[in-house]
Amino acid sequence: MGKVVVVTSGKGGVGKTTSTAALGTALAQSGQKAVVVDFDVGLRNLDLVMGAERRVVFDLINVIQGVAKLPQALIRDKHIDKLWLLPASQTRDKDSLTEQGVAKVIRDLRARFDWVICDSPAGIERGATLAMQFADAAIIVTNPEVSSVRDSDRIIGLLDSKTEKAEKGEQIEKHVLVTRYDARRAARGEMLTIEDVLGILSTPLLGIIPESEEILRASNLGSPITASNPSSTPARAYVAAARRLKGENVPMAISDGKRRLIDRLFGRRAA
Amino acid sequence: MASARQPQRSFRFRNRSFVAFILAPEPPIVEWLAELENWTRSAPGFFVARPVILDLAAVTLSETAIAHLITELSERRIRIMGIEGIDPSKLGPQLPPVLTGSCPAGQDRTPDPDSAPSKSPPPRQEPASLLLESSVRSGQTVVFPYGDLTVLGSVSSGAELVVGGSIHVYGALRGRAMAGSKGNSRARIFCSRNEAELFAIDGCYRTAEEIDQNLRSRPVQAWPDADGLTIAGLD
Repeated sequence: MGKVVVVTSGKGGVGKTTSTAALGTALAQSGQKAVVVDFDVGLRNLDLVMGAERRVVFDLINVIQGVAKLPQALIRDKHIDKLWLLPASQTRDKDSLTEQGVAKVIRDLRARFDWVICDSPAGIERGATLAMQFADAAIIVTNPEVSSVRDSDRIIGLLDSKTEKAEKGEQIEKHVLVTRYDARRAARGEMLTIEDVLGILSTPLLGIIPESEEILRASNLGSPITASNPSSTPARAYVAAARRLKGENVPMAISDGKRRLIDRLFGRRAA
Repeated sequence: MASARQPQRSFRFRNRSFVAFILAPEPPIVEWLAELENWTRSAPGFFVARPVILDLAAVTLSETAIAHLITELSERRIRIMGIEGIDPSKLGPQLPPVLTGSCPAGQDRTPDPDSAPSKSPPPRQEPASLLLESSVRSGQTVVFPYGDLTVLGSVSSGAELVVGGSIHVYGALRGRAMAGSKGNSRARIFCSRNEAELFAIDGCYRTAEEIDQNLRSRPVQAWPDADGLTIAGLD
């Protein structure tokens, strides 16, 4: 039985899709069978980041509605043979997702793969809650700034109350992945430090992905950074995060900046 | 009879108190009903699935009139679970039971140390405190009207605590804390690290902007006094 992981954040544009692609690729590269699932129905992007946009025939909604069988909708990666993609529909909206339909797809994927990595849409509405509903674990992607952290906190609250695990009285496994981190700017007080982020979210850290142009380049290439440029700093950070997800003990590489201006930042924080 | 030989079973009877709405019709009943209908039109569904008691102390009605009134109310989706303020002998078995010995809800139940202990035993046992071992996340609200609330974790920015008694937060308080929500001026708020967005006790409140910057990121307590709300460091 595979493990279902939702990559979520609340706030948009923090790097959920990039992280889903990079982590799924890293897990597949380590020899485990992985599928990345795009839950962002209506605004799908994962196919682009995975470089599979020209091979999409059927999608998640087709599978849920019974138009296509799951194997027909799964797209195998061209370069990494243990990696698959289940794309979202671009023409429908999130109302096409039904709870029973999602439950069945997730159950089928769990039986076929070691890892099912779900890319959640932004927000806290139906699309996002359905994406997290049947997950065993959640990766909360956060940028080191107050609005992103607060939205992540809101999502953690939902993970602890609205998921199937939470409703059964169990705890969903949660990890924070800090993306777009710049240690020098954090040291200057221009962004939150890792310590601040974890202090607010009180959730274990999965990894720190540095701000890097390599990531943007990889997205535009349509190849996840862990595949296209495995020796780059962000790719190594994603590989380390994937190993931690598997339960390995990998030390964190990036050092924290000093915390100074943050107190002032918090003092002024009103909204 | 075979059943007569079986050992007698003992039953445990339990007492519980619940909060119900009281509807007290006033004469003339027809006008009162019309007013009620007007009111429910602006708040449809207000009474749906809520327990409602009919207080008939202010009116004199025959048994048939009471039955008629209950039918009228049920047509307006108000279900009567009991009747108050009437002689039980006046009611037949087809009507809801008569309730006695009610006390108004929403009183401050902390005993006043100056007053003599009351002779009658306290009518209800409500939890005097609530302990939360986890953090309260952004967007979550904890409402505990009966006593003190203790949070072992932190209270996040955008989270809210509404508590009848005092609030104790052992982590950082970054959200909104409202103590003494039912008018308890003895309530206080304690936190081991003050990053709060709002302190409110017994109706007096102070927003983050109005709190002395020197009290930020420190353990503090807040209590109501003659000038409103006072906040002071605990270290």
